[in-house]
Amino acid sequence: MKRYLPLLIILVVALITAGAATLLYRSKMGAPPAPTTSAPASASASASVSGSASPTSIPPQPDDELAHVRGPANAPVTIEIYGDFQCPACGIATKNLDEVAKDYDGKIRMIFHEFPLAMHAHAVEAAMAAEAAGVQGQFWPMHDMLYQYQSIWSKSTNPARFFVTYAQSLGMNPDQFESDQHSDVLKGRIMTQGDAGVKRGVKNTPTIFINGVQFRGEFSKEVFKSAIDAALAAKGKS
Amino acid sequence: MAVIALCGLADATFLTAMHLTGDDSVCGPSSGCSTVLSSAYATMHGIPTAAFGLFAYFVVFSAAICAAFGYRRAPALLALTVAAMFLVTLWFLYLQAFVIHAFCPFCLLSAALTFVLAGITVATFPPR
Repeated sequence: MKRYLPLLIILVVALITAGAATLLYRSKMGAPPAPTTSAPASASASASVSGSASPTSIPPQPDDELAHVRGPANAPVTIEIYGDFQCPACGIATKNLDEVAKDYDGKIRMIFHEFPLAMHAHAVEAAMAAEAAGVQGQFWPMHDMLYQYQSIWSKSTNPARFFVTYAQSLGMNPDQFESDQHSDVLKGRIMTQGDAGVKRGVKNTPTIFINGVQFRGEFSKEVFKSAIDAALAAKGKS
Repeated sequence: MAVIALCGLADATFLTAMHLTGDDSVCGPSSGCSTVLSSAYATMHGIPTAAFGLFAYFVVFSAAICAAFGYRRAPALLALTVAAMFLVTLWFLYLQAFVIHAFCPFCLLSAALTFVLAGITVATFPPR
Protein backbone atom coordinates (compact mmCIF):
# COMPACT_ATOMS: atom_id res chain seq x y z
CA MET A 1 0.00 0.00 0.00
CA LYS A 2 2.83 2.38 0.98
CA ARG A 3 4.28 1.93 -2.46
CA TYR A 4 1.19 3.34 -4.11
CA LEU A 5 0.45 6.05 -1.54
CA PRO A 6 2.53 8.80 -3.25
CA LEU A 7 0.86 8.04 -6.55
CA LEU A 8 -2.51 8.22 -4.85
CA ILE A 9 -1.66 11.61 -3.30
CA ILE A 10 -0.46 12.92 -6.67
CA LEU A 11 -3.60 11.67 -8.36
CA VAL A 12 -5.83 13.31 -5.75
CA VAL A 13 -4.00 16.65 -6.12
CA ALA A 14 -4.22 16.39 -9.91
CA LEU A 15 -7.97 15.79 -9.68
CA ILE A 16 -8.47 18.65 -7.20
CA THR A 17 -6.44 20.99 -9.43
CA ALA A 18 -8.40 20.00 -12.52
CA GLY A 19 -11.67 20.40 -10.62
CA ALA A 20 -10.71 23.80 -9.23
CA ALA A 21 -9.59 24.99 -12.66
CA THR A 22 -12.86 23.84 -14.21
CA LEU A 23 -14.92 25.50 -11.48
CA LEU A 24 -12.98 28.75 -11.84
CA TYR A 25 -13.37 28.65 -15.59
CA ARG A 26 -17.10 27.94 -15.44
CA SER A 27 -17.72 30.57 -12.80
CA LYS A 28 -16.15 33.22 -14.98
CA MET A 29 -17.50 32.06 -18.28
CA GLY A 30 -21.09 31.13 -18.85
CA ALA A 31 -20.43 31.10 -22.52
CA PRO A 32 -17.98 29.76 -25.06
CA PRO A 33 -14.29 29.95 -24.14
CA ALA A 34 -12.30 33.03 -24.92
CA PRO A 35 -9.56 32.90 -27.49
CA THR A 36 -6.30 32.00 -25.84
CA THR A 37 -3.74 34.31 -27.35
CA SER A 38 -2.91 37.69 -25.95
CA ALA A 39 -2.01 39.13 -29.30
CA PRO A 40 -4.33 41.79 -30.64
CA ALA A 41 -7.58 40.24 -31.70
CA SER A 42 -7.39 41.82 -35.10
CA ALA A 43 -6.24 38.63 -36.71
CA SER A 44 -8.99 36.65 -35.09
CA ALA A 45 -11.63 39.34 -35.21
CA SER A 46 -13.62 37.57 -37.84
CA ALA A 47 -13.83 34.52 -35.64
CA SER A 48 -14.66 36.46 -32.53
CA VAL A 49 -17.43 38.65 -33.79
CA SER A 50 -20.68 36.88 -34.18
CA GLY A 51 -23.07 37.49 -37.01
CA SER A 52 -22.39 37.82 -40.65
CA ALA A 53 -21.62 40.99 -42.45
CA SER A 54 -24.64 42.82 -43.54
CA PRO A 55 -24.69 46.34 -44.91
CA THR A 56 -22.84 48.52 -45.72
CA SER A 57 -22.57 52.02 -46.95
CA ILE A 58 -19.44 52.66 -44.91
CA PRO A 59 -16.52 53.61 -47.13
CA PRO A 60 -13.11 52.07 -46.42
CA GLN A 61 -10.65 54.60 -45.01
CA PRO A 62 -6.89 54.84 -45.36
CA ASP A 63 -4.88 53.81 -42.26
CA ASP A 64 -4.07 57.29 -40.99
CA GLU A 65 -7.70 58.31 -40.94
CA LEU A 66 -8.89 55.33 -38.93
CA ALA A 67 -7.86 56.54 -35.50
CA HIS A 68 -10.32 58.63 -33.53
CA VAL A 69 -9.27 62.11 -32.55
CA ARG A 70 -10.59 64.69 -30.11
CA GLY A 71 -9.08 68.03 -29.20
CA PRO A 72 -7.61 70.81 -31.32
CA ALA A 73 -5.41 69.79 -34.25
CA ASN A 74 -2.78 72.36 -33.25
CA ALA A 75 -2.63 71.25 -29.59
CA PRO A 76 0.97 71.16 -28.31
CA VAL A 77 0.45 67.73 -26.71
CA THR A 78 -0.86 64.71 -28.58
CA ILE A 79 -1.72 61.68 -26.50
CA GLU A 80 -2.26 58.43 -28.37
CA ILE A 81 -3.78 55.43 -26.67
CA TYR A 82 -3.82 51.89 -28.02
CA GLY A 83 -6.74 50.59 -26.05
CA ASP A 84 -8.98 47.64 -25.44
CA PHE A 85 -12.42 48.44 -24.03
CA GLN A 86 -12.43 45.32 -21.84
CA CYS A 87 -9.01 45.98 -20.33
CA PRO A 88 -9.39 47.30 -16.75
CA ALA A 89 -6.10 49.17 -16.86
CA CYS A 90 -7.27 50.97 -20.03
CA GLY A 91 -10.38 52.09 -18.17
CA ILE A 92 -8.34 53.45 -15.29
CA ALA A 93 -5.78 55.13 -17.55
CA THR A 94 -8.50 56.74 -19.69
CA LYS A 95 -10.45 57.99 -16.67
CA ASN A 96 -7.36 59.54 -15.10
CA LEU A 97 -6.12 61.00 -18.38
CA ASP A 98 -9.52 62.57 -19.09
CA GLU A 99 -9.62 64.15 -15.65
CA VAL A 100 -6.08 65.51 -15.99
CA ALA A 101 -6.81 66.79 -19.52
CA LYS A 102 -9.53 69.06 -18.11
CA ASP A 103 -6.77 71.18 -16.56
CA TYR A 104 -5.09 71.63 -19.95
CA ASP A 105 -7.94 73.09 -21.94
CA GLY A 106 -7.04 73.35 -25.62
CA LYS A 107 -3.55 71.98 -25.10
CA ILE A 108 -4.24 68.28 -25.53
CA ARG A 109 -5.28 66.24 -28.53
CA MET A 110 -6.32 62.67 -27.78
CA ILE A 111 -6.08 59.89 -30.35
CA PHE A 112 -7.59 56.46 -29.77
CA HIS A 113 -6.37 53.42 -31.70
CA GLU A 114 -8.34 50.18 -31.47
CA PHE A 115 -6.24 47.35 -30.03
CA PRO A 116 -8.67 44.70 -28.77
CA LEU A 117 -6.86 41.76 -27.22
CA ALA A 118 -7.92 38.23 -28.03
CA MET A 119 -7.65 37.31 -24.35
CA HIS A 120 -10.69 39.48 -23.64
CA ALA A 121 -13.79 37.65 -24.79
CA HIS A 122 -15.83 40.76 -25.61
CA ALA A 123 -13.09 43.18 -26.64
CA VAL A 124 -13.74 42.93 -30.36
CA GLU A 125 -17.51 43.24 -29.87
CA ALA A 126 -16.95 46.37 -27.79
CA ALA A 127 -14.58 47.79 -30.40
CA MET A 128 -17.23 47.08 -33.05
CA ALA A 129 -19.79 48.92 -30.91
CA ALA A 130 -17.51 51.95 -30.65
CA GLU A 131 -16.81 51.90 -34.38
CA ALA A 132 -20.52 51.50 -35.14
CA ALA A 133 -21.21 54.51 -32.93
CA GLY A 134 -18.50 56.36 -34.84
CA VAL A 135 -20.48 55.86 -38.05
CA GLN A 136 -23.20 57.97 -36.45
CA GLY A 137 -20.65 60.51 -35.17
CA GLN A 138 -20.78 59.19 -31.61
CA PHE A 139 -17.48 57.36 -31.24
CA TRP A 140 -16.23 59.32 -28.23
CA PRO A 141 -19.49 59.28 -26.24
CA MET A 142 -19.64 55.50 -26.82
CA HIS A 143 -15.93 55.20 -25.96
CA ASP A 144 -16.57 56.98 -22.65
CA MET A 145 -19.66 54.90 -21.95
CA LEU A 146 -17.91 51.58 -22.66
CA TYR A 147 -15.21 52.42 -20.17
CA GLN A 148 -17.64 53.85 -17.63
CA TYR A 149 -19.75 50.68 -17.60
CA GLN A 150 -16.93 48.25 -18.36
CA SER A 151 -17.39 46.35 -15.12
CA ILE A 152 -21.02 45.66 -16.05
CA TRP A 153 -21.03 44.65 -19.73
CA SER A 154 -17.71 42.81 -19.56
CA LYS A 155 -19.21 40.24 -17.17
CA SER A 156 -22.20 39.62 -19.41
CA THR A 157 -22.37 36.66 -21.75
CA ASN A 158 -24.24 38.87 -24.20
CA PRO A 159 -22.80 42.39 -23.99
CA ALA A 160 -24.34 43.36 -27.35
CA ARG A 161 -27.66 44.06 -25.63
CA PHE A 162 -25.90 46.57 -23.36
CA PHE A 163 -24.26 48.23 -26.34
CA VAL A 164 -27.61 48.76 -28.03
CA THR A 165 -29.04 50.42 -24.93
CA TYR A 166 -25.96 52.67 -24.75
CA ALA A 167 -26.50 53.60 -28.41
CA GLN A 168 -30.15 54.39 -27.72
CA SER A 169 -29.29 56.52 -24.71
CA LEU A 170 -26.89 58.48 -26.91
CA GLY A 171 -29.70 59.14 -29.37
CA MET A 172 -28.41 56.89 -32.13
CA ASN A 173 -30.48 55.03 -34.67
CA PRO A 174 -30.58 51.58 -33.02
CA ASP A 175 -31.31 49.69 -36.23
CA GLN A 176 -28.37 51.20 -38.03
CA PHE A 177 -26.18 50.69 -34.97
CA GLU A 178 -27.04 46.99 -34.75
CA SER A 179 -26.48 46.58 -38.45
CA ASP A 180 -23.12 48.38 -38.34
CA GLN A 181 -22.01 46.26 -35.40
CA HIS A 182 -21.69 43.37 -37.85
CA SER A 183 -20.07 45.35 -40.62
CA ASP A 184 -17.09 43.77 -42.32
CA VAL A 185 -15.74 47.20 -43.17
CA LEU A 186 -15.70 48.26 -39.51
CA LYS A 187 -14.15 44.94 -38.59
CA GLY A 188 -11.48 45.63 -41.19
CA ARG A 189 -10.80 49.05 -39.68
CA ILE A 190 -10.26 47.49 -36.26
CA MET A 191 -7.95 44.87 -37.75
CA THR A 192 -5.99 47.52 -39.61
CA GLN A 193 -5.54 49.61 -36.46
CA GLY A 194 -4.43 46.54 -34.50
CA ASP A 195 -1.95 45.52 -37.18
CA ALA A 196 -0.59 49.07 -37.37
CA GLY A 197 -0.12 49.01 -33.59
CA VAL A 198 1.79 45.74 -33.77
CA LYS A 199 4.05 47.23 -36.46
CA ARG A 200 4.66 50.17 -34.15
CA GLY A 201 5.75 47.81 -31.39
CA VAL A 202 2.57 47.83 -29.32
CA LYS A 203 2.38 44.63 -27.28
CA ASN A 204 -0.18 45.29 -24.59
CA THR A 205 -2.87 47.68 -23.50
CA PRO A 206 -2.99 50.45 -22.71
CA THR A 207 0.06 51.56 -24.65
CA ILE A 208 0.27 55.34 -24.54
CA PHE A 209 2.36 57.72 -26.60
CA ILE A 210 2.76 61.36 -25.60
CA ASN A 211 4.00 63.43 -28.53
CA GLY A 212 5.23 60.21 -30.11
CA VAL A 213 7.21 59.05 -27.09
CA GLN A 214 5.97 55.92 -25.34
CA PHE A 215 4.72 56.70 -21.85
CA ARG A 216 6.05 54.39 -19.18
CA GLY A 217 4.82 54.67 -15.65
CA GLU A 218 1.84 54.38 -13.37
CA PHE A 219 -1.51 55.36 -14.80
CA SER A 220 -2.13 57.82 -12.00
CA LYS A 221 -3.21 61.43 -12.39
CA GLU A 222 0.00 62.71 -10.81
CA VAL A 223 2.24 60.76 -13.17
CA PHE A 224 0.16 61.72 -16.21
CA LYS A 225 0.28 65.37 -15.15
CA SER A 226 4.07 65.24 -14.83
CA ALA A 227 4.38 63.62 -18.25
CA ILE A 228 2.12 66.21 -19.87
CA ASP A 229 3.99 69.06 -18.18
CA ALA A 230 7.27 67.60 -19.43
CA ALA A 231 5.86 67.32 -22.97
CA LEU A 232 4.65 70.92 -22.82
CA ALA A 233 8.03 72.09 -21.54
CA ALA A 234 9.83 70.18 -24.28
CA LYS A 235 7.50 71.70 -26.86
CA GLY A 236 8.20 75.15 -25.47
CA LYS A 237 11.94 74.68 -25.90
CA SER A 238 11.74 73.50 -29.49
CA MET B 1 8.49 21.65 -0.55
CA ALA B 2 5.26 19.90 -1.41
CA VAL B 3 3.28 22.53 0.52
CA ILE B 4 5.04 25.39 -1.27
CA ALA B 5 4.49 23.64 -4.60
CA LEU B 6 0.79 23.38 -3.72
CA CYS B 7 0.65 27.15 -3.13
CA GLY B 8 2.34 27.69 -6.48
CA LEU B 9 -0.05 25.25 -8.09
CA ALA B 10 -3.04 27.22 -6.76
CA ASP B 11 -1.55 30.53 -7.94
CA ALA B 12 -0.75 29.17 -11.41
CA THR B 13 -4.18 27.54 -11.70
CA PHE B 14 -5.83 30.84 -10.85
CA LEU B 15 -3.67 32.75 -13.37
CA THR B 16 -4.36 30.18 -16.09
CA ALA B 17 -8.11 30.34 -15.49
CA MET B 18 -7.98 34.14 -15.53
CA HIS B 19 -6.15 34.07 -18.81
CA LEU B 20 -8.43 31.54 -20.47
CA THR B 21 -11.55 33.42 -19.44
CA GLY B 22 -10.03 36.76 -20.34
CA ASP B 23 -10.95 38.04 -16.91
CA ASP B 24 -8.32 40.34 -15.51
CA SER B 25 -10.87 42.33 -13.52
CA VAL B 26 -9.42 40.71 -10.40
CA CYS B 27 -6.38 42.89 -11.04
CA GLY B 28 -8.52 45.81 -9.87
CA PRO B 29 -6.82 49.17 -10.08
CA SER B 30 -3.41 47.53 -10.32
CA SER B 31 -2.38 48.64 -13.78
CA GLY B 32 0.69 46.40 -13.78
CA CYS B 33 -1.31 43.21 -13.32
CA SER B 34 -3.52 43.84 -16.31
CA THR B 35 -0.62 45.05 -18.42
CA VAL B 36 1.43 41.93 -17.76
CA LEU B 37 -1.49 39.56 -18.28
CA SER B 38 -2.37 41.20 -21.58
CA SER B 39 1.20 41.37 -22.84
CA ALA B 40 2.66 39.36 -25.68
CA TYR B 41 4.58 37.32 -23.10
CA ALA B 42 1.41 36.03 -21.44
CA THR B 43 1.24 33.23 -24.01
CA MET B 44 3.72 30.95 -25.72
CA HIS B 45 2.57 29.33 -28.95
CA GLY B 46 -1.01 30.08 -27.97
CA ILE B 47 -0.67 28.41 -24.57
CA PRO B 48 -0.98 30.63 -21.49
CA THR B 49 2.41 31.04 -19.84
CA ALA B 50 0.73 30.38 -16.50
CA ALA B 51 -0.21 26.89 -17.73
CA PHE B 52 3.49 26.04 -18.02
CA GLY B 53 3.89 27.23 -14.43
CA LEU B 54 0.98 25.04 -13.41
CA PHE B 55 2.66 22.04 -15.01
CA ALA B 56 6.03 22.87 -13.40
CA TYR B 57 4.53 23.21 -9.91
CA PHE B 58 2.71 19.92 -10.40
CA VAL B 59 5.99 18.21 -11.31
CA VAL B 60 7.67 19.75 -8.23
CA PHE B 61 4.80 18.60 -6.01
CA SER B 62 4.89 15.07 -7.44
CA ALA B 63 8.68 14.84 -7.14
CA ALA B 64 8.58 16.16 -3.58
CA ILE B 65 5.98 13.57 -2.59
CA CYS B 66 7.92 10.77 -4.28
CA ALA B 67 11.16 11.95 -2.62
CA ALA B 68 9.45 11.92 0.77
CA PHE B 69 8.49 8.29 0.16
CA GLY B 70 12.04 7.36 -0.72
CA TYR B 71 11.92 7.19 -4.51
CA ARG B 72 15.60 7.40 -5.44
CA ARG B 73 15.35 9.44 -8.64
CA ALA B 74 12.81 11.91 -7.29
CA PRO B 75 15.29 14.31 -5.58
CA ALA B 76 17.26 14.71 -8.81
CA LEU B 77 14.08 15.42 -10.78
CA LEU B 78 13.02 17.87 -8.08
CA ALA B 79 16.36 19.72 -8.18
CA LEU B 80 16.38 19.89 -11.98
CA THR B 81 12.82 21.18 -12.20
CA VAL B 82 13.37 23.81 -9.49
CA ALA B 83 16.60 24.92 -11.20
CA ALA B 84 14.75 25.34 -14.51
CA MET B 85 11.92 27.21 -12.79
CA PHE B 86 14.44 29.48 -11.06
CA LEU B 87 16.04 30.46 -14.37
CA VAL B 88 12.68 31.00 -16.08
CA THR B 89 11.53 33.10 -13.12
CA LEU B 90 14.61 35.33 -13.46
CA TRP B 91 13.78 35.77 -17.14
CA PHE B 92 10.16 36.71 -16.35
CA LEU B 93 11.26 39.19 -13.70
CA TYR B 94 13.58 40.75 -16.26
CA LEU B 95 10.70 40.97 -18.77
CA GLN B 96 8.40 42.59 -16.23
CA ALA B 97 11.03 45.08 -15.07
CA PHE B 98 12.70 46.06 -18.34
CA VAL B 99 10.44 45.07 -21.23
CA ILE B 100 6.84 45.28 -20.07
CA HIS B 101 7.61 47.88 -17.38
CA ALA B 102 4.90 46.55 -15.11
CA PHE B 103 4.62 43.96 -12.37
CA CYS B 104 1.82 41.49 -11.75
CA PRO B 105 1.32 40.62 -8.05
CA PHE B 106 0.24 37.05 -8.83
CA CYS B 107 3.36 36.56 -10.95
CA LEU B 108 5.52 38.02 -8.18
CA LEU B 109 3.94 35.59 -5.71
CA SER B 110 4.89 32.74 -8.01
CA ALA B 111 8.43 34.13 -8.29
CA ALA B 112 8.70 34.32 -4.50
CA LEU B 113 7.53 30.71 -4.15
CA THR B 114 10.06 29.57 -6.74
CA PHE B 115 12.83 31.40 -4.88
CA VAL B 116 11.81 29.66 -1.66
CA LEU B 117 11.84 26.30 -3.48
CA ALA B 118 15.27 27.11 -4.90
CA GLY B 119 16.53 28.10 -1.45
CA ILE B 120 15.34 24.84 0.09
CA THR B 121 16.85 22.87 -2.79
CA VAL B 122 20.23 24.54 -2.35
CA ALA B 123 20.10 24.16 1.45
CA THR B 124 19.38 20.44 1.21
CA PHE B 125 21.77 19.73 -1.66
CA PRO B 126 23.09 17.16 -2.38
CA PRO B 127 19.94 15.15 -1.80
CA ARG B 128 20.46 12.09 0.35
